[in-house]
Amino acid sequence: MKPFTTLTAIVAPFEQPNIDTNQLCPTRFNKVPRGPKYAQVLFHDLRFNADGSEKEFILNAAPYNKAGIIVADRNFGCGSSRESAVYSLYEFGIRCVIAPSFGDIFANNCGKNGLLPVVLPAAAAAEIRRQLRDQVGATIAVDLAAQTVTDVAGTRHHFEIHPVRKKCLLEGLDDVDRTRQYQSAIVAFEAAYKAERGWLYHDMR
Amino acid sequence: MPGQAMPRTMFEKIWDRHVVATEEGESLLYIDRALIHEGSSHAFDTIREQKRALFRPQQVFAFNDHYVPTTGRSKGVNGIAVPEIRNMVLQLEANAKEHRITHFGIDHPEQGILHIVPPEQGITQPGLVMVGADSHTSTHGAFGTLAFGVGASEIMHVMVTQTLWQRKPKTQRIVIDGALGFGVTAKDLILAIIARIGVGGGVGYVLEYAGSTVRAMSMEARMTVCNMTIEAGGRAGMMAPDYTTFAYMADRPYAPKGAALDAALAFWKTLPSDAGANFDKTVELDASTIAPMVTWGTNPEQALPIDGVVPDPRHAKDAVQRAEIISAIDYMALAPGMALSDIKIDRVFIGSCTNARIEDLRAAAAVAKLGKAQVPAWVVPGSRTIQHQAEKEGLDKIFTAAGFEWREPGCSLCTALNGDQLQPGERCASTSNRNFKGRQGTGGRTHLMSPAMAAAAALKGRFTDVRELMVKA
Ligand code: SF4
Repeated sequence: MKPFTTLTAIVAPFEQPNIDTNQLCPTRFNKVPRGPKYAQVLFHDLRFNADGSEKEFILNAAPYNKAGIIVADRNFGCGSSRESAVYSLYEFGIRCVIAPSFGDIFANNCGKNGLLPVVLPAAAAAEIRRQLRDQVGATIAVDLAAQTVTDVAGTRHHFEIHPVRKKCLLEGLDDVDRTRQYQSAIVAFEAAYKAERGWLYHDMR
Repeated sequence: MPGQAMPRTMFEKIWDRHVVATEEGESLLYIDRALIHEGSSHAFDTIREQKRALFRPQQVFAFNDHYVPTTGRSKGVNGIAVPEIRNMVLQLEANAKEHRITHFGIDHPEQGILHIVPPEQGITQPGLVMVGADSHTSTHGAFGTLAFGVGASEIMHVMVTQTLWQRKPKTQRIVIDGALGFGVTAKDLILAIIARIGVGGGVGYVLEYAGSTVRAMSMEARMTVCNMTIEAGGRAGMMAPDYTTFAYMADRPYAPKGAALDAALAFWKTLPSDAGANFDKTVELDASTIAPMVTWGTNPEQALPIDGVVPDPRHAKDAVQRAEIISAIDYMALAPGMALSDIKIDRVFIGSCTNARIEDLRAAAAVAKLGKAQVPAWVVPGSRTIQHQAEKEGLDKIFTAAGFEWREPGCSLCTALNGDQLQPGERCASTSNRNFKGRQGTGGRTHLMSPAMAAAAALKGRFTDVRELMVKA
């Protein structure tokens, strides 16, 4: 996983709440193997006509075709658990999504793929979107170590992130390596657990 | 009282017993069972790239469901014409074999959807922590188990360590009391709950459904409610195990038997939330006020009783909601103020992990019996077991006599991965769980409702109050 430290990038504002993972990655693309192809998949059915020509959609035209950040409204990434929704954003070049709330599974998936989900209060997210309407193509700065978003007007917004999630993103760490350090604890746990609930194991076919 | 333990919720009891280690407020949870399907291919790709091995393959269960065809199954995997779809089925088979995972494959006599087969087989039991590579894993919470969906990275982590790092969610109790009215089902109840708390109402919470309405429900109905917890944004949905649960468990292949059953029962009875346990939030609902529900929009909270009308954006509570209503009405090709019962449909889909269990098919058949389908109507059982049970009861005959199509088990039109899909602009009355734009095929329009309501819609060619249809009969 590529580390996430700081980012200054063009921001695409999305006013609609409840943008679901079906929109981010239409279901039929789930089977695409991970890789650059996912850049085209992002919001595919909103971006492209059936013949492959482009529709009018925010991410299709400059400056937003170079966006690195999305600022959205509540419940971004709700719905299906498909991690391909994150692959699509990532391959398109999005490294950070800012919203008042996220679909639970989606936010977890982001953190495992070097994409930072930032929760800001609804008013702050709305204010940033308003600034972007006034200054199309403006950039904002995200600093994970400092846990701040600096908006177009220069105002700094602090955000919360779990210390372990922060460390993994900053260092590009994989959870499996972290868990390996607990191998003996897992084995000890299992031994006690099996003694207590043998029926969960004896009938494995 | 000194010496007395703090009252705990069912969620806390299960969570606490599964914590292997804690690091800065994140807990490493032991996972009893992991469920995967064809879409888990990304996880296996990573396992291969990183040369990792499965830690406890006997606790992983694989299901061919999303990509299997629902006709022509006698030819098995060779009956799948589209190479990419066939590949997805074959890949899971190969991965399951290579990693020695129990696999309910396309030709397995108990094949079915990953949220339908584990309860049938007794793989799902009270008191477990289960994860699935699919958001509707919340279904299994109906047994008093903590079950939630995860993405490809997390299911990979589970497969190679049998654990998962999690932060403790908050708890929300949804108390539902009173009797559901005539013709009103679990599906109507969960749609009413989502309409009430919103598609973000459960974000950050595990939901425990409680109250007399839940206690009176069958396991099938309970699973329908827990299934759609994710549509309210909830991490997981749970219901206390009781005698209905225990009776359901009896004689299931993976369920404990004999002396082991006595030990299991003694444990299961300790699971329900203690009196006085604290929930971070409580919502109360009166079941008797709920009517058959239909969604009109493009997310599951956009649902109304069948006697309702399509909302008018001018009456929205704020600009955001106005924009949402306008966008949904536009996509769904409806007009403000239109009566739901005036909306004509092109197709009907009775199926999915929400509503393809035997009770659902019985309810739909009881309605189908009353007439003839006016539009193409599909019935897709959730598993082979259900298919055979339904055929034993003659439900397939009822459906086909009424002009419905009786198909083979799988996810089918719920998610349109296997080739079953809506054409652009087609409007479908569906018993599935998501009405997102394009969910059932690009440009398709989905309206969610109960199996009885979907069958009624088939007979009329438009949405109709199933209660009136049944009373007239
Ligand atoms: S039936 Fe639908 S919701 Fe259920 S597992 Fe299959 S695709 Fe997912």
